[in-house]
Amino acid sequence: MRVNMEVNGEDRTADDVWEGESLLYVLRERLGLPGSKNACEQGECGSCTVFLDDVAVCACLVAAGQAQGRKVRTVEGLADGDELDPVQQAYVEAGAVQCGFCTPGLIVATHDLIQRIPSPSDAEIRESLAGNLCRCTGYEKILDAVRLAASRMEGAS
Amino acid sequence: MTKASVEVRGGVGQSPTRPDGGLKVKGEFAYSSDLFADEMLWGATLRSPHPYARVKLVGVGGALRIPGVHAVLTHADVPGRNRFGLEHPDQPVLAEDVVRYQGEPVAIVAADHPETARRAAAAIEVEYEVLTPVTDPAAALRPDATVLHPAHETGNVVRHVRVRRGEQGLRAPVVVTGEYTVGMQDQAFLGPESGLAVPAEDGGIDLFVATQWLHVDQSQVAESLGLPPEKVRITLAGVGGAFGAREDLSMQVHASMLALHTGKPVKMVYGREESFFGHVHRHPAVLKYEHGATADGRLLYVSARILLDGGAYASSTTAVVANAATLGVGPYEVPSVHIDCYGVYTNNPPCGAMRGFGAVQACFAYESQMDKLAEALGMDPVELRVLNAVSEGSTMPTGQIIDSAAPVAELLKLVQSKPMPAPAADDLREMPGGVSNTTHGEGVVRGVGYGVGIKNVGFSEGFDDYSTARVRLEVIAGEPVVSVHTAAAEVGQGLVTLQAQIARTELGVEKVTVLPADTSVGSAGSSSASRQSYVTGGAVQAACQAVRASLDELGHGDIVSVLGDRVIEHTVEWRHRPTESLDSHGQGTAHVQYAFAAHRAVVDVDVELGLVRVVELACAQDVGKAMNPQAVEGQIQGGSAQGLGLAVMEEIQVVDGKVRNPSFTDYLIPTILDMPPMPIDVLELADPHAPYGLRGIGEPPTISATPAIVAAIRAATGMALTRIPVRPEHITGT
Repeated sequence: MRVNMEVNGEDRTADDVWEGESLLYVLRERLGLPGSKNACEQGECGSCTVFLDDVAVCACLVAAGQAQGRKVRTVEGLADGDELDPVQQAYVEAGAVQCGFCTPGLIVATHDLIQRIPSPSDAEIRESLAGNLCRCTGYEKILDAVRLAASRMEGAS
Repeated sequence: MTKASVEVRGGVGQSPTRPDGGLKVKGEFAYSSDLFADEMLWGATLRSPHPYARVKLVGVGGALRIPGVHAVLTHADVPGRNRFGLEHPDQPVLAEDVVRYQGEPVAIVAADHPETARRAAAAIEVEYEVLTPVTDPAAALRPDATVLHPAHETGNVVRHVRVRRGEQGLRAPVVVTGEYTVGMQDQAFLGPESGLAVPAEDGGIDLFVATQWLHVDQSQVAESLGLPPEKVRITLAGVGGAFGAREDLSMQVHASMLALHTGKPVKMVYGREESFFGHVHRHPAVLKYEHGATADGRLLYVSARILLDGGAYASSTTAVVANAATLGVGPYEVPSVHIDCYGVYTNNPPCGAMRGFGAVQACFAYESQMDKLAEALGMDPVELRVLNAVSEGSTMPTGQIIDSAAPVAELLKLVQSKPMPAPAADDLREMPGGVSNTTHGEGVVRGVGYGVGIKNVGFSEGFDDYSTARVRLEVIAGEPVVSVHTAAAEVGQGLVTLQAQIARTELGVEKVTVLPADTSVGSAGSSSASRQSYVTGGAVQAACQAVRASLDELGHGDIVSVLGDRVIEHTVEWRHRPTESLDSHGQGTAHVQYAFAAHRAVVDVDVELGLVRVVELACAQDVGKAMNPQAVEGQIQGGSAQGLGLAVMEEIQVVDGKVRNPSFTDYLIPTILDMPPMPIDVLELADPHAPYGLRGIGEPPTISATPAIVAAIRAATGMALTRIPVRPEHITGT
């Protein structure tokens, strides 16, 4: 089948999509956007988190056909050229990136959090990011990164 | 040559940002599962559903007839040696007559879509004669047990290490005994096993994979493909975590076989379920200990019998056995030691390297014993540990003298003196059970526990443990530029950052490029055993010093004017000081360096429901030299998290040789809700034998976190808790 969607502001078309393919597969293998990650493909790890019409979802749990005609924003669509966005910058500075496989999903989930709660408490950060598994950091520096990003974005707005 | 280090931005001791950080946060870093090539096919693996069976027949005809399928291969198609293995080549690339664990690869498929490949694999017809598996490691030791590897000289015993030190058969006024059990932990890295194999015009293969040791992959892949090593060129693709699970081969030979057979690039990516069958796990263990002490708390003897379940193939079991045996009494002075440690073959999943291997299992047992002894003596558990702690100059049970800092007592006192966290606020989110609303504080008891551990750094027992670094200095666009080339695997730990820091410090040049790791430069050894900062760090330092010496011969002054358009390049193979093998009594200077960490855990336990919330996990560790302080903290916190996982949640549940929970739905790793604040104290007591005085840091935090948490749960509940992970029913006794 053919699937049309708006991805990171551009109209994109994927052809010959098998009905069983996920949005994640189409992004990664058909549209050249492998930034969203394939760590569990059953919605447990959050590594494939993307915005679907501004709602954060696990792209592995969305059938490709469900994205027909909708807007998708992935981790690749956040930075402005070479310029990192404040969340990305904070993750790098805070040492929240080690292997980095969980990072794209966490970056998107952090955007989603800060859009909803501009100055989140630690408890709110923990609750909001509980669906994103990280095996390297123990999460302390991820908390640091979210706090840093939130304070900078608050200051900028 | 002696030379004062040069002060430069981003050098040793600073925390420059990772060179790959920008790519990683933008989703542009190319992991092994992100690779793509024109006309690429997808590989899939058919695995045995049985833990032990004879393979009577493999029928590939039906699979081959599926449109889109390009190849279906079995053991008959393995071009070279159908065996691989880190220490003993005992594992078939594809099963021949027998399968020895559930998940053992039997056949492989290449097709034009991953789903087609999976369906074709499912369409392969295999006729098995199911055999009775050996699943109890104790039973595997019995004389009448089925011998799983008839060619192995010592039956089902992969290795037995004896350690005998001091007068044997002592008696003591105070004696405590215990039997402890450690479940099977998974590394659970997030990036699944994956890679791309590209057939080359010279008949060889270019392989892009996520691995921990490029050259040990290269030699094994070449052997199984029947190719000379130079025709197997391996480049490290982006690695999504490792923790030991990528030391053994997974898809490397399979993808290469399919690529050579079809003449097309072949990509293989394991799903999460397959990943649980695609790599080795942490050895489950049963550990029986007896500690004897004087009435005032001095250890007189320790005797132990440790049984490690190696599963179906040897992997790195021999090294795990040696670690558990030689580090089996922990960081304590013990005049009389009697340890027997066994690693055995069974039909359970193969076990091998995972962060802290061998030392993790032993530490849970000896630290549980120290708490039990403290209770028997009526002593404070930290005081007992401090009284018996090793220090520089102490003799280990192997007879090895600890010849650099061993601040065990100091580390314990550091975590003990940390301020206690506040009592839980009246907020559901701070209760065991959290927003599941299982308690509002009733039945919740706080407990505090301590643990301290010891780990060897680097490869032991006389292994020729080295790394190779090529460093090049030149002037580009009017400024000096250094490039560093090694085959050392960046697996997330920050080695790419560290290599550049060392080059900056040694050469005083800020612009440093770390080239992609590949096999066109000599081996760097494995990214394991907490060894890369030490060994590859040492190699990069030595190569930089050789470059500096050549530069000094050209003249002194500004690099740009001295060097002109000349290029200086040196390749150096660097070794740490040699170690010795163990004799028949487990005696010998077998280890390069020891590393220590201590934890204090504070927990709240809902004693009615058996739910645990770790409130705080404080760690103190001696790192010799904090080469990159931010990365040191990251290792300590990340390592502690894996120790927490083993304490209270992580276990591969194996019943009759079959894995019951191969998913992140059923195999739980800590989330951000499970992890507490982790305050850290870092000591920097230089090891004079090591580059920059550094001490390996990756593993110690994983080792001592687990017993500290379990001790805290015991303190809260009064339960004996001899098995990890601790389950709710162990706490409630139901």
